[in-house]
Amino acid sequence: MTTTLTTTTLAGVAVQVNEEGFFEDPKVWTPAMAEEMAKADGLDALNEQHWTVLNFMRKEFFEKGTGPTVRVLGKTSGVSVKDLYLLFPKGPAKMAARLAGIPKPKGCI
Amino acid sequence: MSYRTEGTEPITKVSIIISKGSLEGIYPGLIMANGARAEGMEANLFFTFFGLDAIHKKRIDHIKVATVGNPAMHIPTLMGGLPGMSALATHMMTKKMDELDIPPIHEFIEMIGDTGCGMYACKASVDMFDMKKEDFVEQVSDIITVGDFYDLAAGGQIIFT
Repeated sequence: MTTTLTTTTLAGVAVQVNEEGFFEDPKVWTPAMAEEMAKADGLDALNEQHWTVLNFMRKEFFEKGTGPTVRVLGKTSGVSVKDLYLLFPKGPAKMAARLAGIPKPKGCI
Repeated sequence: MSYRTEGTEPITKVSIIISKGSLEGIYPGLIMANGARAEGMEANLFFTFFGLDAIHKKRIDHIKVATVGNPAMHIPTLMGGLPGMSALATHMMTKKMDELDIPPIHEFIEMIGDTGCGMYACKASVDMFDMKKEDFVEQVSDIITVGDFYDLAAGGQIIFT
């Protein structure tokens, strides 16, 4: 079990990500990078609800040191669990955390 | 960081069978199903035998910890059988789970339904217990046979709990 970092170019900037595509340094993230990653994930564009979730995730991460789980997102972000799965079809917590440039949230629920 | 062995493909689909009706028999399957959806996997839950209590409208809010025949409770079997012991153990465990933000079974089933996980009741068990579709919470989409279950599970992993 090791972490292998690779360098990828997002919105014209070289960014270090791990093998699952999560940012090594959340501070280098920009909204333009999220847009580019979303397109690569098959989303047409990020809408207002996507941004509500991404901004909430970054806020939680910088306040608490870890991103929220799906349950916490559903209860406190203003977007329901059902909508979270529609917005981020590849698994909300994981996909939204990756697009938000923060590490994969820890937690089982 | 990933625990996945290099060169292996990620799991993309799981079908989880819940066969027990105790608190400790139901939660693991629910957590695994919810976690599978959160990871972007396709997931189905199949409730059989006493596991049907987890989706039964009248029983879902009264699931208890088994205090008899459970050596991991670390209390003598005779004490575990005393009136109120199961209720006490259930109370203590649900309190702890609430602190950890683990939802009660009813709320958890609703949430898992919202994730798009399929939920099915086992026909043989439903017939045996004289139950009907109306006895189950709305998240249960159908009562299916074992053959249907294997069709549903095709292309994925099966987990029995």
